[in-house]
Amino acid sequence: MDPISTLITVAVSILAALLALFAASQAHDSIFFIHMLVFALAFGLMALTLVRKCNFAGGDGRSVAAEDTYCDTIVRYGVIAIAFWGVVGFAVGVLIAFQLAFPNLNFDLPWTNFGRLRPLHTSAVIFAFGGNALIATSFYIVQRTCRVRLSLEPLAWFVFWGYQLFIVLAATGYVLGATQGKEYAEPEWYVDLWLTVVWVAYLLVFLVTLMRRKEPHIYVANWFLLAFIVTVALLHVVNGLAVPVSLYSSTSYAAFSGVQSALVQWWYAHNAVGFFLTAGFLGMMYYFIPKQANRPVYSYRLSIVHFWAIIFLYMWAGPHHLHYTALPDWAQTLGMVFSVMLWMPSWGGMINGLMTLSGAWDKLRTDPILRFFVASVAFYGMATFEGPLMSIKAVNGLSHYTDWTIGHVHSGALGWNALITFGALYFLTPKLWGAKQMYSNRLINWHFWIAMLGICIYAASMWVSGITQGLMWREYNAEGFLVYSFAETVLILHPFYVLRAVGGLLFLFGALLMVYNMWKTIRGEREVDQPISQVITVGA
Amino acid sequence: MTDIKKVDEVSGTTTTGHEWDGIYELDTPMPRWWLWTMYGTIIWGVIYMVLYPAVPLLDDNTKGTLGYSSRAEVAQSIADAAKAQSGLRSKLEAASLQEIKADPQMLSFAKAGGKAAFKVNCVQCHGSGAEGAKGNPNLNDDDWLWGGSLEDIHETIKHGIRFEQDDDTRISDMPAFGRDEMLTEEQVDDVAAFVLSLSDTSAQKTETGAKLYADNCSSCHGDKGQGNRELGAPALNDQIWLYGGDKASVVQSIHSSRAGVMPAWAHRLDKLTIKQLAIYVHALGGGE
Repeated sequence: MDPISTLITVAVSILAALLALFAASQAHDSIFFIHMLVFALAFGLMALTLVRKCNFAGGDGRSVAAEDTYCDTIVRYGVIAIAFWGVVGFAVGVLIAFQLAFPNLNFDLPWTNFGRLRPLHTSAVIFAFGGNALIATSFYIVQRTCRVRLSLEPLAWFVFWGYQLFIVLAATGYVLGATQGKEYAEPEWYVDLWLTVVWVAYLLVFLVTLMRRKEPHIYVANWFLLAFIVTVALLHVVNGLAVPVSLYSSTSYAAFSGVQSALVQWWYAHNAVGFFLTAGFLGMMYYFIPKQANRPVYSYRLSIVHFWAIIFLYMWAGPHHLHYTALPDWAQTLGMVFSVMLWMPSWGGMINGLMTLSGAWDKLRTDPILRFFVASVAFYGMATFEGPLMSIKAVNGLSHYTDWTIGHVHSGALGWNALITFGALYFLTPKLWGAKQMYSNRLINWHFWIAMLGICIYAASMWVSGITQGLMWREYNAEGFLVYSFAETVLILHPFYVLRAVGGLLFLFGALLMVYNMWKTIRGEREVDQPISQVITVGA
Repeated sequence: MTDIKKVDEVSGTTTTGHEWDGIYELDTPMPRWWLWTMYGTIIWGVIYMVLYPAVPLLDDNTKGTLGYSSRAEVAQSIADAAKAQSGLRSKLEAASLQEIKADPQMLSFAKAGGKAAFKVNCVQCHGSGAEGAKGNPNLNDDDWLWGGSLEDIHETIKHGIRFEQDDDTRISDMPAFGRDEMLTEEQVDDVAAFVLSLSDTSAQKTETGAKLYADNCSSCHGDKGQGNRELGAPALNDQIWLYGGDKASVVQSIHSSRAGVMPAWAHRLDKLTIKQLAIYVHALGGGE
């Protein structure tokens, strides 16, 4: 940035810091007080960094960076953030899985209670791990597929750090007890407002880069990424509508109430799955699979049709989360019908991912990174078949409120979202830090199989547990009385809960292997071992 | 960049001619099975929407040709369930506890219903096997505080114990002898030793203890510690202790009194369920 815009930005951030300090002085509750101090600290750091980075003597303080074709520093930061938040999110997940099996692990403290740690886990994996994965890879992909450097670079940096601030505010809020009580939208009103600012900046950076592209056509990955950014903005703003109790309080009331609130919430939450975890990650898939397999995308026409079908159909599927509730029947019907119609459009992405490998399937034997991508698409296919299945009212009557849902979500989250992100990290790390390849292929391979084992144990135990639970809840004896109490089902499920925690532990362990591997790669080391390809050649 | 359509050697398909960062796209047609399955789900969706309530209108919605409503469905299944039980339910409602006990069919139904209700309402304190816990009586034995007949148990469930909101609740009020300074610490200790000796002949006791017991305790607990169900005074001559049978626990009981509470279920459960619960608890093993 030039000195003048730097000065203006510094002035604005100092003003924002002062405003935050004032708000802290007026705070009605300790959470708001702490959060306003965090804001003040963040804006203060921002002003300081801007002043230090700016070359007031004239010139463009950024001339060194501008020598590169693409802005990759921000992606490097993103890659580290993905790995960091991933490990945090998985670790909290493992802890709460053990809490469900052994309630003493709640430690009888409010801050470590399952109720507060559960949103910490879901937000850490979806928004911190998944969100950073989407932001970082989208910045990487959009530059390369548009053949242009990232536009509005300072704003992009604001997006990155602003998003980390959002994560910190959300996470500390949960632990301290601030929540809107809306699933996957727990942060309170001021954190929501902050995310809105960050997200609009993200949209601007992405859009302007796209508009300045040097390619005549927009690549399919960018359609998906843009759809993800635009829709998440819409979902977030509508579901977050709330009236704060006071401008200096961390509590608010939602704009909607009763069944309307429930419907808006699940419209939001289901589309968070649809656009955050599906459309956005399909954008990643459309870049990394053809790159890693070095094969053309299977079908352009399929990509167009399944893109628009997903965009149109997903919007209406949310009510399937509210089957057999106060939601009017017509809305339940639409939720179910649109979910079933989503089956093939979702599978379009799987077909395009898997069939892109035709002519390159042999690479799976030698390339563990490609294995991550292929396995992720396979899990995507399974989860997007199971989803429509579970949306059918008769099936939902058994599956709803049981662990089956947890199994379904995790086969998608661990199998699809996490595996493709791991693949992307293995793809990006050597390229971003100028290494020829990852430190150790052997460790990638270990990570793959440990993660697969973890997912299988997790999903299988939750499926069995969920169906057991569902059947026990609805079992009547000959006299027409319920056979089991809730507590009895909990007792039966204990072994499955232990197994699930073990599955999660394996998954976490695999991620730690990855972090070690990335660390070594970034430091420029290379494991002296026999490459897998040679072993196979000798064996074959 | 330059839209030159190449032919992919592996598949023999032409590319679209576009290229991004080395990525090409093939011009493969959409898989037929994929397309037709999608059409199939859409056709199914349309049919389903005709059959069921689906389309929102200005102030109402389409009702569907099947006339389905989830509220009607649940009302129907509740009615069906009630109907399946209706003969026995009305029979049980009309019958006395003794009549239910005498009729094998009614007895079996009442035990099943009582068991289901017990699991939801009673296990939290009395345990999933009715085995009890400290301060919450075991319901499997024949040591009853307020009586073990069907009628006694029914009364206890209905009105609870020391449950202030119920005028007919069962109340027994043992003084806190130590806390309220009716007895000194030494005296409490002596009485405790004597109380323990009622059920354990090898235990040490003192003359003072016996005298203190006779003066302060025997009016409710009986001269031999046999208890009094009219007053809800527990028997002290057996080895069953609600709050522990070691010396320290007994001293604590005499010093501060205990006074546990059980809710009056008449305010929460219907009459039939309470009847069934009484039958179930009575049949656990200790009923008289």
